[in-house]
Amino acid sequence: MKYVDEYRNAELADKIIAELRRVQTRPWVIMEVCGGQTHSIVKHGIDTMLPETVELVHGPGCPVCVTPLEIIDKAHAIARRPEVIFCSFGDMLRVPGSENDLFTIKSAGADIRIVYSPLDCLKIARAHPEKKVVFFAVGFETTAPANAMAVWQAHKKGVKNFSILVSHVLVPPSIAAILQSPQNRVQAFLGPGHVCAVVGYREYEALSARYRVPIVVTGFEPLDILEGTLMAVRQLESARAEVENQYARAVQREGNLQAQNILLEVFDICDRQWRGIGSIPKSGYKLRYEFRDHDAASIFEVQEIDTKEPAACISGQILKGIKKPHDCNAFGTLCTPRHPLGATMVSAEGACAAYYAYGRHLEPRPAVERNPE
Amino acid sequence: MCLAIPGKILEIFDSAGLRMARVEFGGIARDACLELVPEAAVGDYIVVHVGFAISKVNREEAERSYALLDEMGQLDELQAPLIEEEKTRKR
Ligand code: SF4
Repeated sequence: MKYVDEYRNAELADKIIAELRRVQTRPWVIMEVCGGQTHSIVKHGIDTMLPETVELVHGPGCPVCVTPLEIIDKAHAIARRPEVIFCSFGDMLRVPGSENDLFTIKSAGADIRIVYSPLDCLKIARAHPEKKVVFFAVGFETTAPANAMAVWQAHKKGVKNFSILVSHVLVPPSIAAILQSPQNRVQAFLGPGHVCAVVGYREYEALSARYRVPIVVTGFEPLDILEGTLMAVRQLESARAEVENQYARAVQREGNLQAQNILLEVFDICDRQWRGIGSIPKSGYKLRYEFRDHDAASIFEVQEIDTKEPAACISGQILKGIKKPHDCNAFGTLCTPRHPLGATMVSAEGACAAYYAYGRHLEPRPAVERNPE
Repeated sequence: MCLAIPGKILEIFDSAGLRMARVEFGGIARDACLELVPEAAVGDYIVVHVGFAISKVNREEAERSYALLDEMGQLDELQAPLIEEEKTRKR
């Protein structure tokens, strides 16, 4: 069964690639925004199957990667407190702060727990009324409704010892920041399918119109990505710039209204710092004033910690599609997933980590200079 | 952490006032909150992200993307420890 399916997929993939070769008359640079798509592209070698003149660059869509060092250090300071039970998704535990990571802090005796859902933290909070339970609320629009719901529920049920350290970021402002960068090379985007399943893609229509850039909302399976790329190239070749939905089986234009309601209820939009990129206006969520009792950033006064990224790291340029992991001298030598120096090496969805996981640090650097505009 | 995982609803129950479901992912069963997809019913396939259903999908879609996530090593979050609450669970 599986065999037949894969055979069919391979045949379809060949068809899409042949069609791409047929319609494409000049070089194009397309960015996939979602870290899950990046992982899938590198794993299946999709970027290497495309015609050489269609280049995929990898965007800022890994929430672990773009969480600023300042917030990671703040999380660590809170997690070290004796009265705190610090909860997090598993992939934040390995992320290095200025000093160490949550695993190290945990083995030094802090109560740090991996949770599957933010609702688990409420259970922990109810079971430990003498403790302060803090959840590290990281993620894009896909994750934010879950975290909002946990805060909402805590507020409603009077779970006073539960708070979240918010570091939520939003995709559309990061796309705008990339397009505004003077060095920008990106000509079209594959929009993040699961993010759009939640918030819909109206906002992407505004972006596409404003910057005259094609955006194709795309899934994360290899065929999705190939098809999304073909749709983007067709738009570029015919000088169209609109939003198309390749992932209609999971995404509707309006998105999930229940999820959007809870987001509005609990969060306000704020400026956010992105690791590797810097501050982007109106690019994140913070808790609304009425939920301040659940806001770890105001409950725990942590003095500002001065942090600095290693000078060798070019992850900021990688996140904006200006460079690729091979362009970094530290890639695969000084910087590996075990000893990450920068944002894009810290999580499996980061471009550097994905390239490393599939052995691309062992390959010679691509010889062709990419097309300068 | 960016991707949502498809699963099948085995049963629906109430926990602390939230509509919840027992969901089967491959061989693993975990709970998910249905508040964001209130129309979901037993037997439906849903896409779950950090313990919350975000949309419904059909069965073929669910099976194919589960297999792909498995192959990509993106199912780790299902291994997070189970945190049970004693009294509130209604069957
Ligand atoms: S390989 Fe490491 S140091 Fe180089 S850009 Fe990537 S994260 Fe930064």
